[in-house]
Amino acid sequence: MTESRATRIALRIATALVLSFLYLPLIILAIYAFNPSRLQAWPPTGFTLHWFGEALSNPALIRAVVNSLLVGTFATIVALVLGTLAALAVQRHAFFGRQAISFLLVLPIALPGVVTGIALRTSFVTLGIDFGLLTIVIGHATFCVVIVYNNVIARLRRLPRSPEEASADLGADAFTTFRRVTLPGMRTALLSGGLLAFALSFDEIIVTNFTAGAGTQTIPMWILTAIQRPTELPVVNVVALVLVLASVIPVYLASKVSSEGAIAGGRG
Amino acid sequence: MSSPAAPDPAPPGRPGAVRRLSAWLHPRRRLQLGFLLSGPLGWLTIAYFGSLAILLLNAFWAKDAFTGRVEPFAWSLDAFKDLLASDVYTVIGLRTLGMAALVTVTDAILAFPIAYYMARIASPRVRNLLVIAVLMPLWAAYLVKVYAWRTILQGGGVLEWALTPLGIEAPGLDELANTWVVLSYLWLPYMILPIYAGLERIPGSLLEASADLGGRAGTTFRRVILPLVFPALVAGSIFTFSLTLGDYITPDLVSDAKFIGNVIYDNSSLGNLPLAAAYSLAPIVIMTVYLLVARRLGAFESL
Repeated sequence: MTESRATRIALRIATALVLSFLYLPLIILAIYAFNPSRLQAWPPTGFTLHWFGEALSNPALIRAVVNSLLVGTFATIVALVLGTLAALAVQRHAFFGRQAISFLLVLPIALPGVVTGIALRTSFVTLGIDFGLLTIVIGHATFCVVIVYNNVIARLRRLPRSPEEASADLGADAFTTFRRVTLPGMRTALLSGGLLAFALSFDEIIVTNFTAGAGTQTIPMWILTAIQRPTELPVVNVVALVLVLASVIPVYLASKVSSEGAIAGGRG
Repeated sequence: MSSPAAPDPAPPGRPGAVRRLSAWLHPRRRLQLGFLLSGPLGWLTIAYFGSLAILLLNAFWAKDAFTGRVEPFAWSLDAFKDLLASDVYTVIGLRTLGMAALVTVTDAILAFPIAYYMARIASPRVRNLLVIAVLMPLWAAYLVKVYAWRTILQGGGVLEWALTPLGIEAPGLDELANTWVVLSYLWLPYMILPIYAGLERIPGSLLEASADLGGRAGTTFRRVILPLVFPALVAGSIFTFSLTLGDYITPDLVSDAKFIGNVIYDNSSLGNLPLAAAYSLAPIVIMTVYLLVARRLGAFESL
């Protein structure tokens, strides 16, 4: 250790400050969820659970949650299939243009979402495609595929080829080998990739705004509309608290999956 | 996904057919590759690059003066003329670019100490807890975080409550500086995690060697740590820069300033699609240049 005592103390203070910067807004929001007043003024006027009931009986909100779950599920399925195929092709085959393809595959997450959004919207308008759940799924799948691809290809790089060769030597055909050897090896990568893809889809608003049209709302779209209506804010507070608490799920699962992966696949 | 332990309830004849197909495919690597690539490449070509191409075409198409509808294949440079005719678009472009740079620098400064603490000082247990503590806000919904800042900044909010007794006026929801604070807040975890990973990869022996050779803490930091962690910093900056460049919701919700994304979004719904398409070439070009430079600096290995 080369850091002096003063440096360590300064770093500890800086860490504490950055952490409070990250968490204070979320804590303030959580407190508002129990505020009986309709006004978003500080300090809160008391304690109530009333707005949780209001949230559960809000039909537009429920519809938005269902839409988001549907979109997330379909986008994740598309991403799992296409992302895995692309990763297998790029990792297990040598071919002309491989470098170019692996670069192009990353573009949908490297370019700003507003570009994806305006490009898709322009195309749907130009081709006369009606906006709805399907166009939202298409928009989300563009970046979800990349997420799964990144996760699976990282795993395939670490996965030894010998079990697959052994399987083939023992007489298994290619499909059996894939199902019984390759797929179990990729399982945790598929799980974490799918989880990431679903979570990103569930949270996406930049692209969704362009590809949703007037009739369909996802949960972020509902929040965006409700934020700008003062009467809806108490219910928004409740939804916000639930979503912040829900972010524990991917963090917990991801840490479980990665530690399990580290055991299964050896050191990183 | 099917359970690997379950026996195959295959209909008679199927195993033979699958086997024959598999045996036939085995020497045909090109065909296997085609089978694997056709789906994802077809998808990417049609859904992503296809729509980028249509976007590019729309930037050069004319717009009917009365209905506002785009006339396909009626070539025109009107959209670009409109963009250059008023310096509003130049100002907005430079403002967005400046904000992306400012947010990136702010996040780098805020991220470094905590990343350093996590990588080199915290015990393994504390380190794991800190990683989770940084990941949690990253996963919390984007709009929830922007909304939290709205409630803090708006009239009657926490900030006014805290500042008024000190005789300072609260900022309200109109200031451009709000966008700087909120965007820096939003993308900070994207900067902390790569820098942390980069710092963790530096062997402690290098720092000890620098100290043994007489390098003081400042020298070691400048001459050893910073060059080694630089690619990770650039990797993190891709996120902070690109996400700021494309955001149009945060500026709209916490300030009254327009960004590139606002011009694109407003024109996509109100009608001047060619103008929106032409303007969106700006972030595409900027990000492509940024990515090429980042790749040269070795950032892609740190992603």
